[in-house]
Amino acid sequence: MTDGPVLRLSGISKRFGALVANDDISLDLGRGEVLALLGENGAGKSTLVSILFGHYVADAGRIEVFGRPLPPGNPKAALAAGVGMVHQHFSLADNLSVLDNVMLGTEPLWRPFSRRAEARRKLGDTAARFGLGVKAEALVGTLSVGERQRVEILKALVRGARILILDEPTAVLTPQESESLFATLAQLVAEGLSVIFISHKLDEVLRVSQRVAVLRAGRLVATLPAAGATKPMLAELMVGRAIAPAQRRPRQAGDVVLAMRGAGVDGEGGRPPLADVSLEIRAGEILAIAGVSGNGQQALAGLLCGLQPLAAGSLQLRGAGLAASPRAWVAAGVARIPEDRHAVGLVGDLALWENAVLERYASADFARLGVVRRAAARGYARQLIERFDVRGTQGAGVETPARALSGGNMQKLILGRALMPVMPGAAGPVLIVADQPTWGLDIGAVAYVHQQLLDACAAGAAMLLISEDLDEIFALADRIAVMHHGRLTPARPVAGWSLGEIGLAMTGETCGVPAAHESSHAAA
Amino acid sequence: MPRLERRAAPSRRAMLAAPFVAVVFTLMVSSLLVAWAGAPLARAYALLLEGGFGSRFAWGETLTRATPLILTGLAAAVAFRARLFNIGAEGQLYLGALAAVAVGGLHGGDGFALSPWLLFPLMLLAAALAGALLLLVPALMKSRLGVDEVVTTLLLNFVVLLFVSLMLDGPMKDPMAMGWPQSVALQDGVQLGKLVERSRVHTGLLIALGLALLLWALLKFTTTGFQIRALGANARAAAFAGMPVGWVTVKVALLSGALAGLAGAVEVAGRTGYLTLDMSPGYGYSGIVIAMLAGLHPLGVVAAAVFVAGILVGADSMSRAVAVPTYIADVIVSVSLLSMLVAGLAAQYRLRWGAAA
Repeated sequence: MTDGPVLRLSGISKRFGALVANDDISLDLGRGEVLALLGENGAGKSTLVSILFGHYVADAGRIEVFGRPLPPGNPKAALAAGVGMVHQHFSLADNLSVLDNVMLGTEPLWRPFSRRAEARRKLGDTAARFGLGVKAEALVGTLSVGERQRVEILKALVRGARILILDEPTAVLTPQESESLFATLAQLVAEGLSVIFISHKLDEVLRVSQRVAVLRAGRLVATLPAAGATKPMLAELMVGRAIAPAQRRPRQAGDVVLAMRGAGVDGEGGRPPLADVSLEIRAGEILAIAGVSGNGQQALAGLLCGLQPLAAGSLQLRGAGLAASPRAWVAAGVARIPEDRHAVGLVGDLALWENAVLERYASADFARLGVVRRAAARGYARQLIERFDVRGTQGAGVETPARALSGGNMQKLILGRALMPVMPGAAGPVLIVADQPTWGLDIGAVAYVHQQLLDACAAGAAMLLISEDLDEIFALADRIAVMHHGRLTPARPVAGWSLGEIGLAMTGETCGVPAAHESSHAAA
Repeated sequence: MPRLERRAAPSRRAMLAAPFVAVVFTLMVSSLLVAWAGAPLARAYALLLEGGFGSRFAWGETLTRATPLILTGLAAAVAFRARLFNIGAEGQLYLGALAAVAVGGLHGGDGFALSPWLLFPLMLLAAALAGALLLLVPALMKSRLGVDEVVTTLLLNFVVLLFVSLMLDGPMKDPMAMGWPQSVALQDGVQLGKLVERSRVHTGLLIALGLALLLWALLKFTTTGFQIRALGANARAAAFAGMPVGWVTVKVALLSGALAGLAGAVEVAGRTGYLTLDMSPGYGYSGIVIAMLAGLHPLGVVAAAVFVAGILVGADSMSRAVAVPTYIADVIVSVSLLSMLVAGLAAQYRLRWGAAA
């Protein structure tokens, strides 16, 4: 770190129309340093690294890499200067081998024979040097998410990257995989590489980085050493105000609300099916389903939202069966919060009030003789805006199209629609099915959503929470079950799980003993 | 890489201005062709305007033309709203006309011996039903089997046209037409009266306007309209919320097909009195253009239909006066569709350079 910064950003500004994405940002990155770039969604992290990597051209400012100015808007120049990037969504070809993926794009197209042997040696050397073990001939499609990420990092290293940018690298990893990534980062830094680590998870940031740069609304609000920083301090810098974490009130577990015995759902469109799932949730209780996405959570959510029929076993809501019909489920008092609020939760082109009654437009509350009772629906929507603090409706009010709302306000609208009874003072939902309820939301909105869900459960609702975010699960759940390949481990109280055990269960091993279905999967 | 990015909230002004910008652009493009044909530009356009809207007679002709266009425009608008891409209004129109003749035509000189008060609604019902059932088949194939309705509805047009040809040369041929392939005539009692003296404008215009109002109210105020708008804007969200997606598609198909079928009945009952194979110069296809120009709004359809009808009528008189082929009307209507699509896109999206943020 004595020989000057390897990367220097000075006065970077970028605006999109009226939006200032980056406002006069200056940053240095030292040799052998991990710098965390911390900020909420839309704080300007992605824009900044896109400028650094040449995807965007900054309106003002300059970039120096190893003391030499980097020409703007040229990803090739950035690569050549030794800047490598690992995106959150991998850019790998599933049907090619690791070696092919690493070689892809590095060879001139007119070369008649590719120099595989040479590339293989280079890959082997790099892998050995940084302790990144992968099989060169394995198809990328057969690798786990953590292994794929390792391939992405190798790809950058083989191309000579000395500065590595990792965009939300742990978002898709299990706790064990995250640990192994952190070890890799330590190794890279020990070899003299520099890393920019983009994240909004405070624990990780404090763990892996030497310095933290906090962005808020396009401005660099602080750069501070990680050593003296604390989580609440960083959170406050990130959102600009103190955030009160959601408060848990004591709850009494009541009668069984949802009971599933040996339930199965057929896989739809290549999704993994659900097999032999048994669970029980009582009133006032929160059962969380942990697991890496794509392990049957969609099938479980589809079943519990009334979209997919039961193929095997039984399911009872308060002792009675239910047909696969969203209307029947809503009528039975199930509050449903879908994973994808844009594509599934709301109709962006329709007005806010129309979205507020989307699930109940045909009920007697909002329709008479086939005509929508617009005044009643608008009244309900106005109450909802007030009660759930939906913002961004100035001017047009309940006529605002849903697409004009921010992600957090969209989620508040969905939450209100699911939780708020039509008649003030009437009973709330019986069961809440929340699928990734805070995905992509900023800290303030996360705390709000958590508080609303906890309050609803305190009022007597049972809740099934599907989440990939273990912080969220530990913040909310009473009991946890882990999903892997369409099967569910038995649910245990939160206190009975360690982070490590959950991580193992997420990869299909329960308490060190491989599950029976895992061996059959490996053989397939 | 340039890419399109959806505007969070397209301004109302931009959305309203889009059709006018499109029309201006269309006239600019068409000017090239008019100039190419060697006609004086200003005079040609003056003639076009005058021929379409410049006199009582011109207005009469334009409104007569607009009547079936309003109905096919509504048929396309309601279907497109629900993302059921009905390209088969032309076939539905002909089958509706055929059904109207089958019910309201002379049956051996005295018809069914029913009072016109009964026969007339029966005739309209038959036409609506014929159009509706013709579209129901592709709609069911779409919702049950995932068959692309654009292909099926388009191809059915040719099937229907051949079927109508078969009927006009066979069972429904008018024996008094001296071998000409034309149907028997409707009974006098079920033909539509004139709306304006000494013109061809008939009371079918009132039917079309009434249906436009009804459709507007249906979309805006009823639960069915709510379903149609939600399904068209986001089918997955509509299904998640519990809307009966298949049933809504069927309802829309019946509605759209019925409107196109009625266009055929109104045209026969109001203008010709009998059915021939050249009764519609592509009213079904023009309906798509009109619906798009109107932004799929039922009341906008009325304005767009009058505009397109005026261009068609005006182009006829322009080509008589200065030697520009009448095909210029087709060019204007087609280019206006394309520029409307681009203008609509420009109002709802903005062009961005660079990768995704």
